[in-house]
Amino acid sequence: MSDQQTLRYVGKSVPRLDAFDKVTGAAEYTDDVAFGPGLLYGRVLRSPYAHALIKRIDASKALAVPGVKAVVTGKDTPGFIGLYLRDRHIFCTDRVRCVGDSVAGVIAASEEIAENAMRLIEVEYEPLPAVFDPLQAIKPDAPLIHPDLGSYHVAAFLLPKPGTNISNHFKVRKGDIDGAWTKCEVIVDEWYRTPQIQHVPLEPHIAVGRWDRSGEVTMWSSTQAPFTQRNLIAQAFGLSQGRVRVIGNLVGGGFGCKAGVTMEGLSVAMAKLVPGHPVKVRFTREEEFFCASTRQGLVAHVKLGATKDGKLLALEVEYFWDGGCYTEYGTNITRAAGYSSTGPYVVPNVKTDSYCVYTNNPSAGPMRGFGMPEIHWSIEQTIDRLAERLEIDGVELRRMNCVKTGDEIVTGMIMHPIGLTQCIDKVAEAIGWGKKAAPSAPHRKRGKGIAIMWKAPAMPHNPGSEAWLVFNDDGTLNLGVGGQELGQGAFTIAAQIAAEQLGVPLDWVRLARPIDTRYSPYEWQTVASRTTWSMGNAIRAAASDARKQILDLVAQFWDESADDLDIRDGEVISHKSERSLSLRDMVIGGLRLPGDQGFIGGPIMGRGKFMPTYVTDLDPETGQGKRAVVHYTVGAEAVELEVDTTTGQVEVVKVAAAFDVGKAVNPGLVVGQIEGGVVQGLSSALFEQLQLEKGRPLNASFVDYRIMSAMDAPKDIISEYVEVGQDDGPWGARGVGEHTMVPTAPAVANAIYDALGIRFNEMPLTAEKIYMALQEQRGAED
Amino acid sequence: MAVHSITVKVNGAEERVRVPSNMTLLRLLREELGLTGTKNGCSAGECGACTVMLNGQPVNSCMVLAVEADGAEVTTVEGLGSGDELDVIQQAFVEVGAVQCGFCTPGMLISARALLNRNPNPGEDEIREALVGNLCRCTGYKPIIAAVQRAAKMMRKR
Repeated sequence: MSDQQTLRYVGKSVPRLDAFDKVTGAAEYTDDVAFGPGLLYGRVLRSPYAHALIKRIDASKALAVPGVKAVVTGKDTPGFIGLYLRDRHIFCTDRVRCVGDSVAGVIAASEEIAENAMRLIEVEYEPLPAVFDPLQAIKPDAPLIHPDLGSYHVAAFLLPKPGTNISNHFKVRKGDIDGAWTKCEVIVDEWYRTPQIQHVPLEPHIAVGRWDRSGEVTMWSSTQAPFTQRNLIAQAFGLSQGRVRVIGNLVGGGFGCKAGVTMEGLSVAMAKLVPGHPVKVRFTREEEFFCASTRQGLVAHVKLGATKDGKLLALEVEYFWDGGCYTEYGTNITRAAGYSSTGPYVVPNVKTDSYCVYTNNPSAGPMRGFGMPEIHWSIEQTIDRLAERLEIDGVELRRMNCVKTGDEIVTGMIMHPIGLTQCIDKVAEAIGWGKKAAPSAPHRKRGKGIAIMWKAPAMPHNPGSEAWLVFNDDGTLNLGVGGQELGQGAFTIAAQIAAEQLGVPLDWVRLARPIDTRYSPYEWQTVASRTTWSMGNAIRAAASDARKQILDLVAQFWDESADDLDIRDGEVISHKSERSLSLRDMVIGGLRLPGDQGFIGGPIMGRGKFMPTYVTDLDPETGQGKRAVVHYTVGAEAVELEVDTTTGQVEVVKVAAAFDVGKAVNPGLVVGQIEGGVVQGLSSALFEQLQLEKGRPLNASFVDYRIMSAMDAPKDIISEYVEVGQDDGPWGARGVGEHTMVPTAPAVANAIYDALGIRFNEMPLTAEKIYMALQEQRGAED
Repeated sequence: MAVHSITVKVNGAEERVRVPSNMTLLRLLREELGLTGTKNGCSAGECGACTVMLNGQPVNSCMVLAVEADGAEVTTVEGLGSGDELDVIQQAFVEVGAVQCGFCTPGMLISARALLNRNPNPGEDEIREALVGNLCRCTGYKPIIAAVQRAAKMMRKR
């Protein structure tokens, strides 16, 4: 079996399978698909109010415009849609809850006609009091944003509080928190804030819906979740999932904002009014900032206590999440933040309250890290503060208290084998921890910072993966998967796993794409850094299944034991008789028995599945349970930077990163995830904030919302990984896509403190903010 | 809307097309000529996904009217290399792994090609400056810069 052999493809940095198409312009994204002359376009009229009742909509003038086919409003979409908490309509029915909420849709022959006609729709609103800060929105007298919260369909593991703006409250009560405080010799107590930010995929959201007269719905979309979109859209329209077909073309960047559903239902609702016509809805970059999902804002209160020799004893945290106007997906982020609220540390006494709070800010949802970058911003600065008070080195304090194999973690789960301390050691060494380098100029100050992290895939208990593989006449094969290629390299990993397990050359494996829910095997979603692990297991099972069928057949043909046979390079070989037979001679047409006795076998099809079956509930009052998550991926990053004291600008000189990936199926792709995640993390740390004025984004463009450019990104990123295998991962693999941006921002904040002696509790650390703080520091010194 | 007849040489082939006054070069390429390799990321000249070469200069094709390209030569990502033979810059992107989601890649390749045309031996800072108008959210830019350096080296060897 492959396990005993030297691995040929797993563990190798094979080039991406999709690279050729992507460098030649042949790669097909949703907007590149030809839909023919029947294609119509949809534009959406958006709310100018953050909170208002819709009293009247008059679309008669818009409908009279030549080229306009129909206008859709909330009365056409009475159903609810959402992943964990069905709290939104596709078009607003009776009220709008944020600036940019979808009020009406115009379907027309061109985008220009639709856009112009849209302006002729008259809407009468009755403005309502609005609330924009989770600390205000959680108060009993705050304007109620979802009066019907109690009637919404909600996942069993979430706890909304009807009659309030709290859509989930997750609690941990572990140990004896009150008793523990009396034993703490040093306590740090701080408040932190992270703003709403935007994912900014280069490809804006797009969906094309078609509703046939027979009632069959087809939708093409740029999505991380074709199967989940099929499910949620079917639910919203009261359709059988079998009548909804979602085709997911290549995705031009997702980072979470193309998970679940965001805008795709708009295209289906519009298409319903013009049967037979595909209707294309593509977001402008401005809509991307207003109406696609954002990362939730967070106000965090963290109180952490330890003995004077540095043993963590007690932690009390309150997380007030700004979930925006809809929290259908975000509720589960607040749960994940709760059950991971200690960060990667062992703390025996914990009190956690994580609140998902509705506000009239833009709708927020999952983004790379799923709550972990936000909570680690507070945890990892608090740890550094504690280290300073204790006069213990920050790396040493982390090594002492970080979670290790076999530890009982915050939810009571016992930690599986992990290599967090190895990750800490690697980055500390790479950054030259403890060695102070001189700044490059007298007006610059130089510092180093470290942060560590953990993150578990946050999902329902039982998200499944399926895979199949079938052969072509020449023995090459088509591999069916339902996971998406977002740029992370999922398709390349998929092919590596199939080729390795089956025993065929890598270039014999072709992915059956695009992902099409009618033909592709099931995959819950391409999220949670679960794809290599979960889909990888399904692919490996499918390849094992095909392999067994092949070996059994050949064993029968040769009258040998299948145990003596193997498949190598597409040939079945016998270790015993040294015979060989090419797959091409048997995978379609079977084998002809000697002496004209007919055939045995037939076309081979491998089938595989994987679903975690061991995840259990957490007690709603204590947050304790046997196993709340499938596993944690852990890691560390260290940053060295310089601050220009005359401008407040930060130059990141070097970043060192190390993650325990279990097994690097493709080391080159792991490095790609680290480098990309580090830069996205740096960008969030230094630049990014959706500037909101009464819920209205003020910086809804690339000029005003800056992300890191080629001029800003650091030159020196050292990417390392350790491999402490996952017992149920393919060859031990765990996910790493999201984790890489989790520790970056707090590592930057800690490095800035090292350089300047100034703490910043609010992200981002813009030059202006740093400059102002330096001015204040100088003022205090004078 | 007035309609204009223009002649434009796209990837070496002369095209005669009728375009309305307000049509951008990006729409002409994608919707009339079927060259969908060039991407639309913002329609505002801010992200660089739609970068093409216009008479050898990299431009955001969403900011150029099609009529302005009358008589001009345009090179898109489809015009790099020939047949299954990749241009060195494409080859370097594949080899280094400078591609993730791929949406910025066509514009990035054109900006890089334009840089190498005017400076076959650029330093790292020059490369970063040349690519500053091409945003990438996936790679962190490091492999892209390495790919441009590799391509420059490959060119010098030839």
